[in-house]
Amino acid sequence: MRTALSRLILHEPSTVSAALKLLRAEGPLVPIAGCTDVYVQFQFGTQPGTAFLDLSRLAPWRRIREQGAVLSIGALATWTDIIRSRLVRRRLPMLVAAAKEIGGPQIQNRGTIGGNIANGSPAGDSLPVLAAAEAVVVLASADGERRVPFTAFYTGYRKSVLKPDELIAAVEVPAVEGVQWFRKVGTRAAQAISKVVMAAVRSPHPRIALGSVAPTVVRLPRTEAALGSGASIAEAQRVLREEVHPIDDIRSTAEYRLQVSANLLAAFWEATG
Amino acid sequence: MTARRARPAGPVAFTVNGRAVEVDRPPMARLLDVLREDLHLTGTKEGCGEGECGACTVLMDGEPVCSCLVPLAQARGAEVVTIEGLGAAHPLQRAFVREGGAQCGMCTPGMIMAALALPAKPSLAQVRTGLAGNLCRCTGYEAIYRAVQTAAAEIRERGA
Repeated sequence: MRTALSRLILHEPSTVSAALKLLRAEGPLVPIAGCTDVYVQFQFGTQPGTAFLDLSRLAPWRRIREQGAVLSIGALATWTDIIRSRLVRRRLPMLVAAAKEIGGPQIQNRGTIGGNIANGSPAGDSLPVLAAAEAVVVLASADGERRVPFTAFYTGYRKSVLKPDELIAAVEVPAVEGVQWFRKVGTRAAQAISKVVMAAVRSPHPRIALGSVAPTVVRLPRTEAALGSGASIAEAQRVLREEVHPIDDIRSTAEYRLQVSANLLAAFWEATG
Repeated sequence: MTARRARPAGPVAFTVNGRAVEVDRPPMARLLDVLREDLHLTGTKEGCGEGECGACTVLMDGEPVCSCLVPLAQARGAEVVTIEGLGAAHPLQRAFVREGGAQCGMCTPGMIMAALALPAKPSLAQVRTGLAGNLCRCTGYEAIYRAVQTAAAEIRERGA
């Protein structure tokens, strides 16, 4: 443990309004919930924050519910909550598929969807799902709420439009028309970080989102348009190879990621045809 | 605002293995360290310290969690169960001995705590998924899976 935990300050609000007021008055504070990322950062000494805001008691933000045509998933919903939710299983099965491949049971029991969004890793497993589902992120501050399309949430590597006095309250997912598909490729089935992760929807206007191939999760509009206009899968793979620019890093190489992305595109198209 | 207002409730009260405890440690202290150093429950092991290996698994309100990733403050009011809470002759413990599921023993408490969350009649696939967050460097896992399945059978027979 490289971080001296005894020096850290923790605020423990029990209501949403108290949390938002604390964030504005005492910020900058690092929000915590399931802690599955932040304690890894403590272990490696890479978390610069010294004051934290515990969101784990904010029960209203853990709810999963239908609001008209929208599926609303509270930011504090854990992967286990999502796996067990009949609503999510029915409306957004690709998110359940992603949740089942995040960490192992211990991580699924603690990690939250809001944390995955806030952490903003390019390899975050739920992020391609939210991009393909055209989800909306609900951001709350002491002034009220605002909504940002998920595909406009990130502005760069681990950077987003989230302001220092805002918290992620929920994600709202409109009805998804078409057949949903998800696939994660890593070194091991559990406890592995993705080399490439794809979520996609088969419909007259196909949607394809990829993780681990760019500084942020990306949609592939040109590849989507090619498939939507009836191009062959080989042609669509050629477009994908032009559209995606992955890098070499500790987990994989650019060429491997390109090849796997193209393979996943074909696998998606075959499985949903 | 003072640091005191950031720690409103003072000592953290929760239960461990059915016993009420109160711990006065910093709120971000790891539950793992509190269990081992303050409560002297050293059956819970530290492997990686980053949620990867599952050696520190305990039950928190009935669900397996990595105690290396839980701040003490979040244990407030929780029911925590460690390997010590099983006594010494739980069917899972005896099956791990009988089937060779334990070799060096470092992963064993975490394996057993994770196995407690499995359904009553787990398929091999369910055992593998249920223990996917626990790493073992000795056994090659097969003996562990066998131990979990034979223990489950014994528990079912005893209950029937």
